[in-house]
Amino acid sequence: MTESTKNNKRRKVLIGMTAAFGAAGIPFAATPFIAAWNPSAKAKALGAAVKVDISKIEEGQIVQVAWRKQPVFVLRHTKSSISNLPSVETKLADPNSLSIDEPYRDLYPTRSKSDEFSILAGVCTHLGCSPKYHPEVEPKPWDATWTGGFFCPCHGSMFDIVGRVFKGVPAPTNLKVPPHNFQGSILTIGEDKEIT
Amino acid sequence: MNTVFKWFNDRLPIVNTFERHLSKHPVPKKVNFWYLFGALASVVLIIQIISGIWLMMPYQNTEEGAFSSIEFIMRDVDYGWVIRYMHTTGASMFFAVVYLHMFRGLLYGSYKKPRELVWIFGMTIYLVMMAEGFLGYVLPYGQMSYWGAQVIISLFGAIPYIGESLEVWVRGDYYISGSTVSRFFALHVVALPLMLIALVFMHLVALHEVGAGNPEGIDIEEHLDEDGVPLDSVPFFPYKVLNALVGIGVFMTVFSIIMFFFPEAGGYFIEKANFEEANPLSTPEHIAPVWYYSPYYAMLRAVPDKLGGLIVMAGAIAILFVVPWLDRSKVNSIRYKGIFSKIAISLFAISFLTLGYLGTVPVTELRTLMSVICTAIYFLFFFLMPIYTSLESTKQPPERL
Repeated sequence: MTESTKNNKRRKVLIGMTAAFGAAGIPFAATPFIAAWNPSAKAKALGAAVKVDISKIEEGQIVQVAWRKQPVFVLRHTKSSISNLPSVETKLADPNSLSIDEPYRDLYPTRSKSDEFSILAGVCTHLGCSPKYHPEVEPKPWDATWTGGFFCPCHGSMFDIVGRVFKGVPAPTNLKVPPHNFQGSILTIGEDKEIT
Repeated sequence: MNTVFKWFNDRLPIVNTFERHLSKHPVPKKVNFWYLFGALASVVLIIQIISGIWLMMPYQNTEEGAFSSIEFIMRDVDYGWVIRYMHTTGASMFFAVVYLHMFRGLLYGSYKKPRELVWIFGMTIYLVMMAEGFLGYVLPYGQMSYWGAQVIISLFGAIPYIGESLEVWVRGDYYISGSTVSRFFALHVVALPLMLIALVFMHLVALHEVGAGNPEGIDIEEHLDEDGVPLDSVPFFPYKVLNALVGIGVFMTVFSIIMFFFPEAGGYFIEKANFEEANPLSTPEHIAPVWYYSPYYAMLRAVPDKLGGLIVMAGAIAILFVVPWLDRSKVNSIRYKGIFSKIAISLFAISFLTLGYLGTVPVTELRTLMSVICTAIYFLFFFLMPIYTSLESTKQPPERL
């Protein structure tokens, strides 16, 4: 081995090491730039619970409230829409909400802490649009055998009257049920001491 | 005067650059109107940069200020409406000329060896343009800005494991808010335009290295005169520049008619819902992207699965990058390709336009079915390209242009 090839090998090793050392610095240098995109401390602090008076909501009526700036549906069911729930189950992808973290599983068919009200996050689990409430039992352009529920105008996802997703639609899971609590006629959305 | 010029030229390659890239740069002597859209795209880029800088001055990148500052530009700033409509019309016209420019590439095999890199830089420009257009559409903070952003950012949520935290990271909040608007503003006015300009520069440098193509798809470098200049070429300046000026004149006329008389273009250039301020509690009855994204949006809607929709949509754009290696034909131009290529590209164009229409209208069962069929044709055009281009019999292109 000649002197010059020896030197070349040494040089290659040294260049490689220097480059590796420099490359190791990239993640450190990138950290502040990436971290600065996270929600600020101010954004994290927002998000207090909201209260709704439910005594004025009539049967079949839906009330939309904002929690963390996102729509939440408060829906008072009619007796017939509750009793019809089992009949729609063959159309559903996940009638028992097994694939999501369901806070009030097996309590009531409404999926809430009440046998009469459903509390649903009004955010489509597909791409975040707000589904529209269509309680009518009549043929619709999107479903000829519609029995009432929610239809997302953005990409055509369908949910039943308690926010359970249909088979063969883009939305992957049922509408989420936010934590909530009833105290007389006051419904608090966003906190529930029993499940936290 | 001469000494002053010489002083500069000794220190800056003025004459050299002018000769190399303009007065002595050879371009094919015979091309058709399809070869005009590249020049038009650079004209629109300049329009977008200038009108954009002027819009930045009165625009406020905050949740409270965004929508009202756009109204302020429209009503209170002298000629503010012209500058805004110039920018919105420019966005749509940018995509219009770029789509035609890309289709020209597919027709005449502009991506084939040795122009693969020119095509890839071009496709990257298209990708950055789509991001740029999306970010810009969010800034007025109208209903369509908000819900469009909601849908597009939620696409990140389809990525397994990291999706949901990625969504929060992109928004800078748990929902779309002022932090989203202000970071989109920074990206829209600084980061992506810098990338665009750099990419356009690379697109042109690579093009000037390998030379422009022609509708016959033949290599003009094979017949050179004694100075090594292709016999079937003319200098770019003045021949092509003056030629392009005519096209630019026609284009600017169309541009002005839209800008002054139909800036909303019936809801296709500026959607009606965007004249209403963003309301996080109410999704508009009908939500659709601007026309230039609608083919991909129709593909997204055609797939009844969140992650699947994202993969199809991303794949539709990604596959364009590898076209140079999918086309195995001996000839470049559609003029000399066989019948299968001609049928394939016709079906492709029809399905892309149909998807574009379907992406702008509400979903019905029939339309979903049509979207599925057109999406399948779109992909088959590319997937089958290695087969039909290598099997079909081609015609012999001429020796000379």
